[in-house]
Amino acid sequence: MKRTLLRLGLLFVLLSLAVTACAPAATPAASTPAVVEVTRIVAGTPVVEEVVVTATSPAATEVPALRVAVVFPSTITDAAFSQSMYEGLLKVQQEMGEDKFEIAYSENMFNVPDAAAALRDYASQGFDLVIAHGSQYGTSVAQIAPEFPEISFAWGTSLDTFQAQGIENVFAYQAEAQQGGYVLGTVAALMSESGVLGVSGPVEAGDAKLYVDGFKVGALAAKPGVKVNVSYTGSFSDVSLMAAAAETHIQAGADMLTGSSQSVVGAIGVAKDKGAFWLGTQWDQTSLAPEAVLASQVYDWTGIINDMIAAHQAGVMGGKSYTLTFKNGGLVIQYNDGIDIPADVKAAADAAIAGINDGTINPLKPAE
Amino acid sequence: MADLFTIPVLLGILYSGIRLATPYLYASIGETFAQVSGVLNLGVEGMMLMGAFAGFFVAMKTESLALGLLAAALTGMLMGLLMAVVSVTLQAEQGISGIGLALFGLGLSSLLFKRTMGGVESISGFAPVKIPLLGDIPYLGDALFNHSLVVYGAFLLVPVAAFVLNKTTLGLKIRAAGQNPEAADSLGVSVNRIRYFTVCLGGMLAGIGGASLSIALINLFQENMTNGIGYIAVALVYFGGWRPSGVLAGALLFSFVNALQLWIQVKGINLPSDVAIMLPYILTILALAFAVRRARQPAALTKPFERGEN
Repeated sequence: MKRTLLRLGLLFVLLSLAVTACAPAATPAASTPAVVEVTRIVAGTPVVEEVVVTATSPAATEVPALRVAVVFPSTITDAAFSQSMYEGLLKVQQEMGEDKFEIAYSENMFNVPDAAAALRDYASQGFDLVIAHGSQYGTSVAQIAPEFPEISFAWGTSLDTFQAQGIENVFAYQAEAQQGGYVLGTVAALMSESGVLGVSGPVEAGDAKLYVDGFKVGALAAKPGVKVNVSYTGSFSDVSLMAAAAETHIQAGADMLTGSSQSVVGAIGVAKDKGAFWLGTQWDQTSLAPEAVLASQVYDWTGIINDMIAAHQAGVMGGKSYTLTFKNGGLVIQYNDGIDIPADVKAAADAAIAGINDGTINPLKPAE
Repeated sequence: MADLFTIPVLLGILYSGIRLATPYLYASIGETFAQVSGVLNLGVEGMMLMGAFAGFFVAMKTESLALGLLAAALTGMLMGLLMAVVSVTLQAEQGISGIGLALFGLGLSSLLFKRTMGGVESISGFAPVKIPLLGDIPYLGDALFNHSLVVYGAFLLVPVAAFVLNKTTLGLKIRAAGQNPEAADSLGVSVNRIRYFTVCLGGMLAGIGGASLSIALINLFQENMTNGIGYIAVALVYFGGWRPSGVLAGALLFSFVNALQLWIQVKGINLPSDVAIMLPYILTILALAFAVRRARQPAALTKPFERGEN
């Protein structure tokens, strides 16, 4: 009897694991043994080739749909890094036609071994382009790519295509996050009444650090007396601590807040409740708090996606690295039309963008 | 350093620490009941997430925060019932079934979120309520007595739980079920019924703890928004030596140090951010290693009870 019951109990555990796996998003906690992997095909009806055999007209040669798979560290609705890439792919899909461009993706792959398994899976399913959307996936890409020379891989944020290791089928991409950071720092410094700006980043590395450093330099260049307080939560997903960090910045006098990663939704809520303003990055965050978000730096990956596809179709499987900049249109400052931003502030932002574009401003070099 | 220990900073730490401690308190006090009766419920995280989602969704749809809170409590209780069926009646290994339940809650709350909302939305949650007189104390009033009802509830729960566990017949039965279920059974206490009650109560409080994030403190729902709070809540029960007062001490220590480390960073004190972030964990581990006695662990913790087979 007891044994049967124990078995029933274990069955329940397996059942709950199955439910978890069915959910579109699931992150197993680091301590749990389960490998949760989620795959969904967004669009792309299988191309049914109708072969009409007639004597007069030759069978129409249909171009097979281009198949792209992406592994995301967070979700496609994170209002940040993952969403920017997903929306870029959707835009390309709209341009090419749904039947010509198929997107498959896995979300919440923060656990690197799970992500590596998903990447290998997509590659063996014969996707044309497999994108690993996170700098933590680099070593996995370098391991998997050589086994699938007919498939193009892409990863970011990084500029390393692993050509030095003899790998030819990897693209790399990154955003010059400091450029938008500099411009938004300019806006924040000029709009701040208290002269204190609060920055809450996730982890002091990569894209987030570039953004935070640029923000600081830009703010101090626009208004030398301004105070920029910086904190990190150590996590990309800790919404609660991110909210507490924003509260702390406001208590320390900040009236302009910014930060990056998907956990900033917590901080944006605090800014809204306490009447502070927010500056967003990676994706347009206005919809999260229309009364509090002044402007966002938006990553537009479409140019890069299109170029990788063109290269792939021309037989160049990798070896190119890309950066999003203001100059190439990959970075865009999106203002919130619902909030009145003085013309001179916008002019200063435009001047900063122009300075970055012509090289007279280095967004990471503090003003003398 | 002198910059750090000023009145406004200390008050800020007090204010943020109290808010940060709220979800831990609900979840840990609930878990204390379950563990004292002999059930280790590792599914707290999943229960919190389900409560966070149910509370947010119902509050958003009905525009009633009270209904949201009720929905979170009921959802948590149902999750608790599920845990009780598996761990008490079916006598499954508690550690494994708890992790299963945590994953179940994570997956189901994400699935429901995707199907019903799809993206992050926010609501206005429970507003702060200033307590008369106490709220007017200079300095301290605002930091301590100007929070939402959900926050006060978490702190009120501690003496109530201590009273129930230590001074009532019900508390005696709960403790007996966890210390010596055979003896309790021979005295006419239905051990399994008590455990059903405590695990459902624990689930209910975990659900409210989740909702404290989604409709009182952060006022939005995001997938996996508890981000491990449920697991730390389980650890806090051990930390607190299975006493509500000990759990309170642990939750406050962890939360205050977390609030302090944010101030250390904001004040630009020369300490790497990675070290600052580790501080609450390091201190909690140190306190656990040196200050906490494990003598009070319920003897029958994790052991299923079956009548008459012994």
